[in-house]
Amino acid sequence: MAAACAAILIAIALAAVFAGTVAPHDPLAHDTPNRMKPPGGESLLGTDNFGRDVFSRIVHGSRISLYVAAMSVLAGTVLGTLLGTATAYLGGWLDLAAQRVVDAFLGFPLLVLAVVMVVALGTSANTVVIALAMVLTPQMARLSRARALSIKEETYVTAARAAGASPVRIVWKHILPHSLGPVLAYATGWVGAALVAESALGFLGLGVPLPYPSWGGMLNEGRQYLEVAPWLTVFPGLALSLTVLSFALLGDALRDILDPRGSPRSS
Amino acid sequence: MARYLLWRVALLALSTLVASVVIFGVLRVLPGDVAIGILGGGGAPHSPEVREALREELGLNDPLAAQYGKWLWSMASGEFGGQSLVTGRPIRSLVARELPVTLLLALYAVLLSVLVSVPLGVLAAWRWKRWPDYVVRLATIAGQAVPSFWLALLLILGLVLVFHWSPPIVYTHPWEDPWNHLQIVIWPVLLLSWEYSSYIARVTRASMLDVLQESYVTTARAKGLPERAVVLGHVLRNALPPIITVMGFQLGALLGGTLILESIFGLPGIGRGLVTAALARDYPVVQSMATLLVFAMLSVSLIIDLVYTVADPRISYSTRTAT
Repeated sequence: MAAACAAILIAIALAAVFAGTVAPHDPLAHDTPNRMKPPGGESLLGTDNFGRDVFSRIVHGSRISLYVAAMSVLAGTVLGTLLGTATAYLGGWLDLAAQRVVDAFLGFPLLVLAVVMVVALGTSANTVVIALAMVLTPQMARLSRARALSIKEETYVTAARAAGASPVRIVWKHILPHSLGPVLAYATGWVGAALVAESALGFLGLGVPLPYPSWGGMLNEGRQYLEVAPWLTVFPGLALSLTVLSFALLGDALRDILDPRGSPRSS
Repeated sequence: MARYLLWRVALLALSTLVASVVIFGVLRVLPGDVAIGILGGGGAPHSPEVREALREELGLNDPLAAQYGKWLWSMASGEFGGQSLVTGRPIRSLVARELPVTLLLALYAVLLSVLVSVPLGVLAAWRWKRWPDYVVRLATIAGQAVPSFWLALLLILGLVLVFHWSPPIVYTHPWEDPWNHLQIVIWPVLLLSWEYSSYIARVTRASMLDVLQESYVTTARAKGLPERAVVLGHVLRNALPPIITVMGFQLGALLGGTLILESIFGLPGIGRGLVTAALARDYPVVQSMATLLVFAMLSVSLIIDLVYTVADPRISYSTRTAT
C-alpha cells in the first residue's frame, strides 16, 4: 500500500520535474481556433477558453503546487522539529514559554493566515510557502517536543550525558534521529494538506498569479464555464485529489510503520 | 471548575492577542506602502505631498505600537477598526451583517458532523476490520483528501445539469424565511461538514479502539452487561476526550472551509467578506475580520471544551494535560 502510493507520487514528481517533456503542448500557448474543445483527439483532456491544452497545464501546474507544498512542509518541519526538540531538551522556563506560544498557535486557521500574508506580501509562490510554514511549525514543534521528552529519559541519553556529551551533540546525534519517524509520517500527511491549501488560495484568486498554471487557479478559471466545459474543472480537481490522497495514505502507512505508540490522532 | 474556566478564558485572550499581533505585524511590516496602494497602484502618478497627507490621515506615521494600540482598542470597543478602505462603510456594520451568517453556518456544520461522524466512528470501531470499518475508513480518507471546493463545483455541476437547479440568490436569516434559508445553506453546510466529519469519525474510531482494550470493558462484559450498554455507556463515554480535543483543533480547517464555500455559494458571511477584502487589498477590513475569525474560532473551541467539562468534571484535568 505504501509502496503503491510512493510509486504514484514518484511518477507525479517526475512528471512535474520533466514537465517540458511530458506535456505535449505549451501550457501558455493560446490556440484560439481550438478553444473549448472537449477531451479527445489532439488534446488529451480538452482545451480551455484560450485554447490551452488542459493536460499540459495540469502537468505544469503540478510543479508550482508541489513546490509550494513541499517547501512549506520542509520549512515548517525543520523549524518546528528544531524548536520542539531543543526546548524539550533544555527544559525549564524556556520550554514552558515555548509551549504556551505553540499552544496559542495550534488551532490557527491555516487559510485565514495565508490570506492575510498574501494581502501583505503579494501573490506569489513564496508568500504561500511562508504562510503555510508558519502554521505548520507549531504543529511540528509540538510533535517533536513530545517525542523528545520521552526520549530524554532513555538510558542512552543519560549515558551520553554522563560521558560528557554537550547538549547540542546529544540532541543532534541521539534525540533527533529517534524523533524522525513520527515527524516524517506527519510531514507526509501535511504535504497533502499544504497542497489543498495552496489550491484553495489559487481558487480564491489569491495564489500564484495567472497565467502560470496552478491547479487551484485552473479550478478558478474553469468555474465560469462549469456547465459548458466541465472538463476544465473535473480534471485538475481529479489530479489534486489523487495526489493528496496518495500523500495521505503514504503518511498513514508511514505512521503505522514508524510511530510505535500510535497516539489517538493516528489510525 | 471556576479556576479552570478562568484559565481557559485567559488562554483565549492570550491566543487572540498573539493572533492579533501576528496579523497586525504581517500587514504593517509589509514591503509596500499602504498609502501608495490606496492612491493607485495602477501607475497613476501622485505627488509625495498627497501621499504624506494620506499617511497622516490614516495615522500611518504614528509609532507602530501606537497604531496597534489604537486598533486594538477599536476592536475591543466594537468599532472593529474603523472604515473599509474600498467602500468607506464602517467595518462595524459589515461585521454585524456577516458574523451571524458565518457563525450559523459553522454551528450547523459542527452539529451535523458530530451527529453523523460519531456514530460512524463507533460503528467502525465496533465492527473492527469488518466491512463497516473499511467503508467508514474509506469515507474518512476521501473526506480529507478530496478538497471541498472541488466537490462543491462538481455538486453544483450535477445539480444544474441533472436537476436544473439554480441556487437561491438572496440570503435570508432562518427567522425571516426558513425554507429559503434552508435551501441556501444546505449544500454549503453539507460540504463544510465533509472534511470536519472525516476528522471526527477518524478520531472517534481510533479512540474507541483504544478504550476497547481497557480492562474495565472486559469487566463490564463479564458482568453480563448487554453489548450495547458496554459500548455506549462505558467505551464511548471514556473515548470522548480526544474527540473533543480534535473537534477544537479542526475548527481552523472548518473556518478555512467557510472562506471558500461562502465564496462559491455567495453567502454573505465573514469568510467571503475577508476574501473580497483581500482581493481588493482592503487592509483595515482584512486585519479586523481575520482577527475576528480567529477569536470566533477560539471562542467556539472554548465552548466545546466547557460543555464537556460540565458533563464530566474529571475532564478539566485531562484536557489540560492533553493540551
